Amino acid sequence: MADRERRMTPPYGGVFVARTTVLDAAQVQRALTRISHEILERNQGLEDVVLVALQTGGVEIARLIARRLFEIDGVDVPMGTLDVALYRDDIGLRPVMPEAETEIPVDLAGKIVILVDDVLFTGRTIRAALDAVTAFGRPRSVQLAVVIDRGHRELPIRPDFVGKNLPTRRDEVVDVNPEGVLLGEMRK
Amino acid sequence: MSRHLINLKDLERGAIQELLHLTDRFVEVGQRSIPKVPALRGRTIAMLFFEDSTRTRLSFDLAAKRLSADVLEFPTRSSSLSKGESIRDTVETIQSMGVDGIVIRHSSSGLPREIADRVNDSVAVINAGDGLNAHPTQGLLDAYTLCQHFHTVAGPQASLEGIHVGIIGDVKHSRVARSDVHAYTSLGATVTLVAPKSLQPPNVQDWPVQISEDLDSVLPTFDVVGLLRIQKERMEEGLIQSVDDYVDRYGITEARAAKLRNEVVITHPGPVNRGIELAEAVLEHRENVLINRQVTNGVPVRMAVLFRLLGSGVEID
Repeated sequence: MADRERRMTPPYGGVFVARTTVLDAAQVQRALTRISHEILERNQGLEDVVLVALQTGGVEIARLIARRLFEIDGVDVPMGTLDVALYRDDIGLRPVMPEAETEIPVDLAGKIVILVDDVLFTGRTIRAALDAVTAFGRPRSVQLAVVIDRGHRELPIRPDFVGKNLPTRRDEVVDVNPEGVLLGEMRK
Repeated sequence: MSRHLINLKDLERGAIQELLHLTDRFVEVGQRSIPKVPALRGRTIAMLFFEDSTRTRLSFDLAAKRLSADVLEFPTRSSSLSKGESIRDTVETIQSMGVDGIVIRHSSSGLPREIADRVNDSVAVINAGDGLNAHPTQGLLDAYTLCQHFHTVAGPQASLEGIHVGIIGDVKHSRVARSDVHAYTSLGATVTLVAPKSLQPPNVQDWPVQISEDLDSVLPTFDVVGLLRIQKERMEEGLIQSVDDYVDRYGITEARAAKLRNEVVITHPGPVNRGIELAEAVLEHRENVLINRQVTNGVPVRMAVLFRLLGSGVEID
């Protein structure tokens, strides 16, 4: 569940009410399979590739991608998790708490880091993640994989691997999990 | 409720647990190849230490810097204070310069609270030790150190349930003991204070602790031996007969340490009077002396407090 996005989207909290199913479970799985093939193709294999999942929405997605990469290429790519709360640019503007675990199992210097998240929205989380990643070494390149790109970017950031482009209204909420992608809104 | 940290007594168990869990995050930050985050960029924290301090001062300083805050060192000796400016005027001045946080240590019990009541809404006051009253970040870091020892991390539900902590020494004059008792008992530990009558605090019967004057009778029941520093002036005041007598009754000598179970841990807020509270050989050679760990944990605990008060946008309740 996209808890973090839910907390970031006014009115900060409430109950998620789904309106439409955007992708069903099978479609999510197919999108992840395609993304995995694209990752392999783009990087001509998996040498030096490290998946870094953004807490919390990206973690389950990254695990699924890692499993597929293993099925396709027989390589177990290292996977880490990253909570970007301490790098956000809106600290002080709204409640920010580093609630989830950051664990990067390898030195990222010289590696190809693939950031994985469920939804790409304003781009501010990714901006913070780009900053955070450098604390663990200087990667050779950083790429971005997301299940949903919902638009409304506030920074010059674009994804490298996308499950689906989904036009949304700003006040809508996208909920991504392996069982499907739902579009809806928060109600108090 | 409060945007300040003055006394752990103001905090519910849940708020203490939350700060300790947040400390887990900052311990991880400390292990990164660049152990610094931009979380408090643009914030300014003034350090007002009116009493000597090494560890507390340095670790607040490092904590603030690792959060990218700017630190304003207030020279308490060479400033206008020596010209007779009152502390209230000083705080007013610093506040007018636009600081976001004031870390204060003073020998007068209750001064941080008084200052907290007077500052603007935008300023957080953090008590770094006031008189005999409280030393909340020491209480937190001691509790964190024990949680880490017994459970590896604090986790979201930090607990010292089932653990018996002995606090030995000059409890009467110790703000560390007061904050430790509160932190430990909030997390479910049982605490026994061990001190001669002359070093027991007044109204100790109201504390949530057991009390003993006889170390050897209670020592075998402790999982944690928490030592306090004995100040030389207590002897001058006649509260202790002599160093030898104190060591004989309350010191962790080699003989006493030899009788401790291996897993019993020893803590001390430092600096240790070697050969008084703790024998040199025990300090140097025994496993499970957590004194360096306490110092190490001072930084992430204070990062958690500073971030929680100045950065998270959420008040402690």
